[in-house]
Amino acid sequence: MSSYPLLSLSIWTPIVAGLLVLATGDDRQALLARRLALLGALLGFVVTLPLYTGFDRASAAMQFVEQALWIPHFNVYYHLGVDGIAMPFILLNSFITVIVVLAGWTVIENRVALYFAAFLFLSGIMNGVFAAQDSLLFYVFFEATLIPMFIIVGVWGGPNRVYAALKFFLYTLMGSLFMLVALLYLYDHSGGSFAMADWKALPLGLEAQQWLFFAFLAAFAVKVPMWPVHTWLPDAHVEAPTGGSVVLAAIMLKLGAYGFLRFSLPVLPDASRNLAWLMIALSLVAVVYIGFVALVQLDMKKLIAYSSISHMGFVTLGFFIFNAYGVEGALIQMISHGFISAAMFLCVGVMYDRMHSRMIADYGGVVHRMPKFAAFMMLFSMANCGLPATSGFVGEFMVIMGAMQVSFWIAFLAASTLILGAAYTLWMYKRVIFGPIANDHVAALTDVNAREIVILSVLALAVLVLGVYPLPLSEIMHASVNELLRHVALSKF
Amino acid sequence: MKALYLLIPLAPLFGALVAGLLGHAIGRGGAHRITIASVLISFIAAVVVFQDVLSGGTFNGSVYTWITSGTTRLEIGFLIDRLSATMMLVVTFVSLMVHIYTIGYMKEDPGYQRFFAYISLFTFSMLMLVMSNNFLQLFFGWEAVGLVSYLLIGFWYERPTAIYANMKAFLVNRVGDFGFLLGIALILAHVGSLDYAAVFSQANALAGQSIQLLGSQTWMLLTVICICLFIGAMGKSAQFPLHVWLPDSMEGPTPISALIHAATMVTAGIFMVARMSPLFELSDTALSVVMVIGAITALSMAVVAITQFDIKRVVAYSTLSQLGYMTAALGASAYPAAIFHLMTHAFFKAVLFLGAGSVIMAMHHEQDMRRMGGLRQYLPITYLTVLIGALANAGFPPFAGFFSKDSIIEALHASHTPGAGFAWACALAGVFFGGLYSLRLVFMTFHGHPRMDAHTRSHLHESPWVVTLPLVLLAIPSIAAGWSIGTVLFGDFFSTAIQISPQHTAMATLLHEYHGVVAMMLHGLTALPFWLALAGAVTAWYLYIVRPDLPKVIAGQFGMLYAVVERKYGFDELFSWLFAGGARVVGAGLWKAGDQTLIDGLIVNGSARVVGWSARLMRLVQTGRVYQYAFTMVFGVLLLLWWPKIRFFFGFGH
Repeated sequence: MSSYPLLSLSIWTPIVAGLLVLATGDDRQALLARRLALLGALLGFVVTLPLYTGFDRASAAMQFVEQALWIPHFNVYYHLGVDGIAMPFILLNSFITVIVVLAGWTVIENRVALYFAAFLFLSGIMNGVFAAQDSLLFYVFFEATLIPMFIIVGVWGGPNRVYAALKFFLYTLMGSLFMLVALLYLYDHSGGSFAMADWKALPLGLEAQQWLFFAFLAAFAVKVPMWPVHTWLPDAHVEAPTGGSVVLAAIMLKLGAYGFLRFSLPVLPDASRNLAWLMIALSLVAVVYIGFVALVQLDMKKLIAYSSISHMGFVTLGFFIFNAYGVEGALIQMISHGFISAAMFLCVGVMYDRMHSRMIADYGGVVHRMPKFAAFMMLFSMANCGLPATSGFVGEFMVIMGAMQVSFWIAFLAASTLILGAAYTLWMYKRVIFGPIANDHVAALTDVNAREIVILSVLALAVLVLGVYPLPLSEIMHASVNELLRHVALSKF
Repeated sequence: MKALYLLIPLAPLFGALVAGLLGHAIGRGGAHRITIASVLISFIAAVVVFQDVLSGGTFNGSVYTWITSGTTRLEIGFLIDRLSATMMLVVTFVSLMVHIYTIGYMKEDPGYQRFFAYISLFTFSMLMLVMSNNFLQLFFGWEAVGLVSYLLIGFWYERPTAIYANMKAFLVNRVGDFGFLLGIALILAHVGSLDYAAVFSQANALAGQSIQLLGSQTWMLLTVICICLFIGAMGKSAQFPLHVWLPDSMEGPTPISALIHAATMVTAGIFMVARMSPLFELSDTALSVVMVIGAITALSMAVVAITQFDIKRVVAYSTLSQLGYMTAALGASAYPAAIFHLMTHAFFKAVLFLGAGSVIMAMHHEQDMRRMGGLRQYLPITYLTVLIGALANAGFPPFAGFFSKDSIIEALHASHTPGAGFAWACALAGVFFGGLYSLRLVFMTFHGHPRMDAHTRSHLHESPWVVTLPLVLLAIPSIAAGWSIGTVLFGDFFSTAIQISPQHTAMATLLHEYHGVVAMMLHGLTALPFWLALAGAVTAWYLYIVRPDLPKVIAGQFGMLYAVVERKYGFDELFSWLFAGGARVVGAGLWKAGDQTLIDGLIVNGSARVVGWSARLMRLVQTGRVYQYAFTMVFGVLLLLWWPKIRFFFGFGH
């Protein structure tokens, strides 16, 4: 194990880099801001790598632990640590930050420094969410993510950005307030501790657990988002700049799902088991209902946003069937969705930068002008349909396998994504990419440039490697997931 | 040996990657040389493996661990026995022929390198499918061949019909895969492993279990598993009613119609069921379903074939019908007969498709047989090979199709599985239509008066050697492959790869009645199927050579019936209305009523509006006039003072 404070580094490196980027000032120094941002993002990614190489796979305990007293009066600690569940997300987040900086390289032309700084801040803050072992610290990081994202959507967003940014902000803030109440209750009940580890061992009656469960549900369900509190996501995605959509889909949605694993399941195991039927039902509604809704979308970003909700339905489904296939499948689905949704939004971004339209009807025959791009998008579309040998398959497959151990009909409804997912993704692909050239704007398109090829290739590689050989990722999770499942099975009263 | 096994699928993958990623750099010649060389390597290795397997070598082992979860370990691995070795041989041979043929057929196509990359990728995927030793990798290959099929049907992506057909093919296949995946999930849930060997060893234990699906009604678990798996086979092998994608897949270039949609990929379902024989053998219900579905497909699709005029579509419907025969044979527990027909069919159907492609090239991409005729003199090699293919397809001795198809019909006759009588009747009737559509194709295309325009006619010539060589090389086994019947069917060829339970006696009866190739042919000449096929052929001769005016009259006589058959019984329209249209209506309904009106309109924006209204209401009080505030305060104080009296006055409290 390394003696460096690796988790602090992974949180603060991007934040400090963000401050430096801000210091470059106005847009006359744009190039410097870009270079600094890329350097910061790369450095931020590099410092997370030892987390993977130095990770002890056999242990379910928190690793790379750092602890310091933060607010003595309330017994709040700056307490960091990761297990096999959290660690992959820090790597994913730092990786996606590099992609996002590259993706915004030439696209963003006004307030460049602020743009890149916002993403670097966001990256550090989200690493904080995944690393926090103190609940109040978690809450602070969890809420702090809203601010940079609010700015990203509100400043560089589309025409309806104010409505979308406000909706996003208020929606998620509303949910989080319930969580704050729950945190305070648990603080009081545990005799004045915010330590997650203490809460995990805290005895709690069923009624209290259920109230707390709903309070956490309010926060996490909005973030995931689960049906029926999902309607902020399509609006936010449509208005957000490409980079914002990428981070939103690839990382921010995972914060909610991660919350279930950190609070609902370990702290409230009895309520989790008792209310699993509700969670399974909501997840299946997300998979099926949202699958149908995605089919009729006219806007590509909206379609991919709905597809995200549907895919996240697999995540919550996997968590609440309480077996190794389900939970590990859900975790892999979260990582995989990080790559695939990022890639899909980037693909739309590539076209949007050239055509300034997201409407499917404005496209057609793009392949004639952008054959390389069409090949990339084909790969990512197939990954989005869960084709084997892409990462999209692994999580869905495992969750369906896990669901079958619980009930045939749960597996049946979940597996319907095989058809629905293929239908909405390929229908969009067909209308946008294939066919004769639709209009003069399409005829004037130019294929992806070197920068875009690099970005898409890296993601393509990630999607394929994870699909062909997911073992290294799943091995990291085993010990922590087994420990979680063992704990969930025990009663707390 | 293990290195050789690895080489077989990886060589074409390498070819595909080089041709696909570096296609621009290596040029057209480079692309076809590298892919053909890699498939040739693969073919030679498959021959070596086949010989090794014949002398008793089998292999069952893993290559690497894909994932572990809980207590199970999912692996990528190979099972090499006589069943997979036979499939490997067929796949690599037909693939090699198609690769060579493509040089001629796609000569002028701008997507030349891309095409070679795709067909090599297909070869890789198909080999992974047949060589698998577990359900996971089977599903990998299963979906991967589906992907390549999708890419190839839509190869000419500027054609609206092609990109409609490829999406339809993918989605219909996904319906099958949906069932297939549920079957796999059931197996994993109840066995705890996806390894063939582990699953088969527990087949008997599985047979004793039952599952509740609806209410208290219990099903035999194994029946549910087998039917789920078979739904997958129905999609891939285009069995009724999931057959609708195959005719439309003819939008793809002809070489892939031969390779993917006739010889190899569509037979994956047949192969899969044969591979799962230890499971299917334990469920008579599942076998009956398989048999009846196969029989319906065999007959109904043969009937459609006689109404089609597009040369490729005729061959496509004939493929559907032949796949139906194979499926029916599986249901009769005559797995070896099904695989034998799969093998002979791969050769003669590839000949028919590639021959049709040769005709289409000569005709400058005209596919309508009504504008052909008399091509015999211009395309002698094509004519001869297509004639061989057609006679084999119709089941005339001594051609390959006779032996395999006759075995299937006899097996259906001998089977006691419920539905066998119906299946046998369908199979027999199908033979008549088979003779009719096969020879109809030959007569309309190559005989009679030329019906093309003068310009096309002046340019007619035989295709180059890269096209005719594969035709000839495939025509040879289309004749001779059947003569191996004694070994393949009755020599316990598949040994332990296929298991047949003793109470399913169809194969045993066939073995009992078999007395050598020559005796079988002689006996065939006196049997009903031969005469039915001959009747079909003679009918074709009369209708399309002697009285070419008659077909129209007959079509007119049977007005309604003809229209129904010609429109493929209306399944295309029904499905597109019901599923494609229905899904869009449901989606739009949920979106507008659910997301926009109820959730966003009423709850989200509604609560925002309530906040707005109440704020506006409150604002009325905030007038900023001091005397109003003072007045309100006085009023409030009075109210508090008088509160007990007011309460008394209105009668609440006391």
